[in-house]
Amino acid sequence: MVDGFYAALREDDPEELYDNAPCGYLSTLPDGTIAKVNQTLLTWTGHHREELLEGRRFQQMLPAGDRIFYETHVAPMLRMQGYVREIAVHLVCRDGRRLPVLVNSVVKRDAAGEPRRIRIAVFDATERRAYEAELLTARRRAEDSEARATALARTLQATFLPPAIVSPPGLDVGGAYRPAGDGSEVGGDFYDVFETGRGTWAVVLGDVCGKGLSAAVVTSLARYSVRAEALRTPYPCAVLASLHDVLVRYHPEQFCTAVFVALDRTAEGVRLTVSSGGHHLPIRRRRDGSLDTIGETGTILGMLDTPRLTDTATLLQPGDFVVLYTDGVTEARRDDEFFDDDRLRAAISRRHGVGAQELADGLVAEVLEFQRGVARDDIAVVVIRVP
Amino acid sequence: MDAVGADVLVRNNVTVSGNPDGRPMLFAHGFGCDQNMWRFVAPGFEDRYRTVLFDYVGAGGSDLSAYDVERYATLDGYARDVLDVAQALDLRDVVYVGHSVSAMVGVLAAAAAPERFGALVLIGPSPRYIDDEDYVGGFTEDDIQGLLASLDSNYLGWSSAMAPVIMGNADRPELGAELTASFCRTDPEIQRRFARVTFLGDNRQDLGRVAGLPVLVLQCSDDVIAPEAVGRYVHEHLSGSQLVKLSATGHCPNLSAPEETIAAIASFLDGG
Repeated sequence: MVDGFYAALREDDPEELYDNAPCGYLSTLPDGTIAKVNQTLLTWTGHHREELLEGRRFQQMLPAGDRIFYETHVAPMLRMQGYVREIAVHLVCRDGRRLPVLVNSVVKRDAAGEPRRIRIAVFDATERRAYEAELLTARRRAEDSEARATALARTLQATFLPPAIVSPPGLDVGGAYRPAGDGSEVGGDFYDVFETGRGTWAVVLGDVCGKGLSAAVVTSLARYSVRAEALRTPYPCAVLASLHDVLVRYHPEQFCTAVFVALDRTAEGVRLTVSSGGHHLPIRRRRDGSLDTIGETGTILGMLDTPRLTDTATLLQPGDFVVLYTDGVTEARRDDEFFDDDRLRAAISRRHGVGAQELADGLVAEVLEFQRGVARDDIAVVVIRVP
Repeated sequence: MDAVGADVLVRNNVTVSGNPDGRPMLFAHGFGCDQNMWRFVAPGFEDRYRTVLFDYVGAGGSDLSAYDVERYATLDGYARDVLDVAQALDLRDVVYVGHSVSAMVGVLAAAAAPERFGALVLIGPSPRYIDDEDYVGGFTEDDIQGLLASLDSNYLGWSSAMAPVIMGNADRPELGAELTASFCRTDPEIQRRFARVTFLGDNRQDLGRVAGLPVLVLQCSDDVIAPEAVGRYVHEHLSGSQLVKLSATGHCPNLSAPEETIAAIASFLDGG
């Protein structure tokens, strides 16, 4: 009894199986002209067999967009590799409805290797395609929000730097900045150049530790705190001490390094007074080519209870350059090698007869090139030149 | 050849064969695939011509890192690829054979540097795919959105099916496994952009810019992408062009009817 049942099943009528298989079948000529179609496909689409066999091509069953895709991608692949798999298209049903399907096709050739017909299997993919459409929407949304986050980061970053540097009268000041990586994350470097009173100017450059939104908030605060305090006191160390207090009070978990330079004109020339809160000291190149640093490195701002900060004053001479920079310069890495102080000094020495902006741009470009074009950290450079 | 020229040959995956002393014949593939589209046609000219095949940046074996969103935002960027290749090899009196969108790319290239071109063969050309008042291009903007959606959904399917699975006629594969894996498949974002440039553009005005050049327009029967009316439009607006209708059907006679395609081009070049 059971044996007989299985035997009968094994001989499942091929004709009947073809017609009512759980997928649609078509056989076409190499150009797509439909020669044979099974009942399943007719039932799914509502088309009448006679209509389809009146010279209709398979690609004509597809909506226009899918048809272009078929002609430009699928047909060439069929001809070149003899098959296609899991092609996602729609079939236009007799009532105009679109049935999402997946298509597998195989080219059947004659003994000479010439394509004779195409066998096509069609699978109803309504559920699957709906799910894929949701995935695609979700992916687009994720991409959009990522793009928005990057745009936000860039906008925020732009507020850390002056849109254009205005050089104090009788001085030449330039600045250059390059964000880390692709610029999609906000870094913590900032600089500013502004007038603090009649004939006195300030140049500040700093680096808030960390990245991302929390660092950005502190960076913004640091830049504006410095601006406000610099109008109240002529002493660079007092400006940095005030920034230290702000950090300790409002952002005890954050710290930053900064160098503040006050510039004013005396009878002997341009006087530069500098204070450093844990930051690299400015490098001076004198007219005779010799290099030195100006000032004393104090304590990192926001870290200790009582900061140790000092002011150092020096007179600049015509032809002198002073270079302020963040550690994105000296700590730039290539494999196991750092850009380091020596390379920076060499780079400053090498560039003769340039303006402040040109020197700043040149240094950033060289650091970037050293890292093969990808900055691991933000790079900021400000150059003061006495013409 | 200078360094820049050598870079172009790598960038555009240029393949030169045929008769080194022959007249240069430059084959440009259309939207969708790559220079393999000429696999059955180019060899038909190798005895007499120096055949040059290439992939546009963004297609086939080209250097995808050279893809520049702005440059390739119009067909002019693609025409520059053609001119770059022609310049790198210092080709003169070129027989340019362009399929599909490359027909118009050839028109733009010939208008920009007429001194390099000797004849144009345009297979399935269309200067505008979208209908416009009296002009029938065959498609609506919605259709093109449908194409972009189609590209998207097939990208999803393909990402998991990238490995070359040989089925069916494994004993007679036209392509090696390596090509099978890459044929007609490229960066989906580039493909989307190329689709937009191809199908949303309007180059009808450019047809008037090539004058005095022998042009052959090859029109397929029953081409759903470039219908007969469009082929006739191109022929009527290209002064001195010849229109030849192939009995081959579909949009790719270079694949489906290479012999007929070769014969039509050869007869045109031989002044037939």
